[in-house]
Amino acid sequence: MLSSVLVFAFERPPIDWHAIAPELTLLGFGALLTLVDVVWLERGRAISSVLASLGLLAAMVPVLTLATDGADRATFWGAYVIDDYSLVMKAVFLLAGYVVVLLSTSYIAEGDYWESEYYQMLLSAVLGMVVMASARDLVTMFVALELLSIPAYLMATWRKRDLRSNEAGLKYYLMGVFASAVLLYGMSLLYGTAGSTILADINAAVSDASDGTAPLAVVTLGVIFVIAGFAFKVSAFPFHTWAPDTYEGAPTPVTAFLSVASKAAGFVALLSLVFVGFWGRSDVYQPLMWVLAAASMFGGNLMALRQTNLVRLLAYSGVAQAGYMLAPLAVAGESLTTADDALSAVVTYLAIYAAMNLGAFAVIIAVARRTASAEIDSYKGLFHYSPALAVAMTIFLMALAGIPPLGGWFAKFEIVLALISPQTPWGVALGVVVALNSVIALYYYARIASYMWVEQASAEAGFDTVSPIKVPTSVSAALVLTGAATLAFGILPQWVGHFTDVTLLATLPS
Amino acid sequence: MILNQFLLLAAVLFCVGVYGVLARRNGIMVLMSVELILNSVNINLVAFGAFRDHVAGEVFALFVIAVAAAEVGIGLAIVLMIYRNRRSIDLTEADLLKG
Repeated sequence: MLSSVLVFAFERPPIDWHAIAPELTLLGFGALLTLVDVVWLERGRAISSVLASLGLLAAMVPVLTLATDGADRATFWGAYVIDDYSLVMKAVFLLAGYVVVLLSTSYIAEGDYWESEYYQMLLSAVLGMVVMASARDLVTMFVALELLSIPAYLMATWRKRDLRSNEAGLKYYLMGVFASAVLLYGMSLLYGTAGSTILADINAAVSDASDGTAPLAVVTLGVIFVIAGFAFKVSAFPFHTWAPDTYEGAPTPVTAFLSVASKAAGFVALLSLVFVGFWGRSDVYQPLMWVLAAASMFGGNLMALRQTNLVRLLAYSGVAQAGYMLAPLAVAGESLTTADDALSAVVTYLAIYAAMNLGAFAVIIAVARRTASAEIDSYKGLFHYSPALAVAMTIFLMALAGIPPLGGWFAKFEIVLALISPQTPWGVALGVVVALNSVIALYYYARIASYMWVEQASAEAGFDTVSPIKVPTSVSAALVLTGAATLAFGILPQWVGHFTDVTLLATLPS
Repeated sequence: MILNQFLLLAAVLFCVGVYGVLARRNGIMVLMSVELILNSVNINLVAFGAFRDHVAGEVFALFVIAVAAAEVGIGLAIVLMIYRNRRSIDLTEADLLKG
């Protein structure tokens, strides 16, 4: 009886164990964290952050061995691809995750916020991102998206008794599940058109969809729904409404994580989709990306101008940064060289953005230990009592604004170059929009800097404005790491350029 | 094999779900509307899978069902936590954060 069932034996897909070693390492450390929590109970709490950082750094080892090996690998019937692009993004995710652990250590330990569960959630979310970087198939992409989103919903509500944290998590959750439902509907239409969930097959099917027939309408709808779903994740205007509220209400280390890592994961998915899945349908996605990019830049920057809370301001500036990163996708389909330039530009921007934004949040976390607030007013006179933090914050803000010689200028330069090089009127117009928005953004970044340097701390601030702020060792380490990366990427752009000069289309039969 | 009827049903369910998410103010009702969208996705996937005689559609639908269960579990936990803290799950009352 049983043997007749087993006739349909499961055929194991060919698995390249080396290719999935980073994911397995993360999974192993996540399981170890759970085990330590269950067996050692309270005694295990103290080492949970150490274990989490070890896991993230240990997962870097197979990423490095895969990088030195150099060969592109495809496993699970082409659903999972290891190439330069995915390895660079995996490294960015793992290092960003490590910095978030550094930022969280003292915050979570002092707040007594279920430490080991927190780090388990963090590892699981990073695992989702690392999987996303390699996913070249709709099912893998969907599972990776949920693997990173579900822990993120929980982390946003981590302060259970705090109404603001509740609300932050609720808004993030509702928008997130709605977005993934819309995304799935789009994926189901794409699957129906192609008859396969592998992105390369989808590219072949959507490129062939002809004018005037039903499939073209279905393909268009599918592409729009999928892109809209990920636009929620990267908080592009007009899908950004959750971001400011969630960022403000969530615990600040979680906000840092969401603003960098989960945004980058959304971009990785968008890049894989555009450059592998939809590349032949540039007539559908290019106008969409153009509108999304321009709306995000203007919407994010104009709303950031009137913010009084620094975290909300960074949320809106993050919307604008998403706009800069979406811009090259609006010209990606012009030619193969344009596509390569656009991809390298976005990957460069993501790496640099991760460093400078995490750095800005590290300063916010350090300052909030004294002021218990993220209001911009509470930064008045910071230079006079904590000069080091004020200098660090100025570096990160100016990098975000794109002032040379800090990292951000090179990122923006690459974006504008990628936009202008194809010489199309729409590309040049978007390049002008980027330049215009950089000027708007400079105003609100510079305003914070002038608060810290020029103004005096008000006497009725309600906190000590004389002695310097004591920064915990782990936060200082995060500041040094992100600051060094921000400076290095700006002063030695060829260095980061060497790593982010990636190509995704090599895997495509052209 | 008829395909259009299934796709139409799924499209109608999708629209009902989207309307529910946008119009409902009760947290649980919004969750149920999201489930409607997910079920329209499942109908689409299974219909396409059967139409093309290709098993990937059914497998994808199974993944959607499993992940949606996890997602709703989290959602109910969040709604329950909010109910404990403020004795109401009316979404319009969650307005501490704005600007």
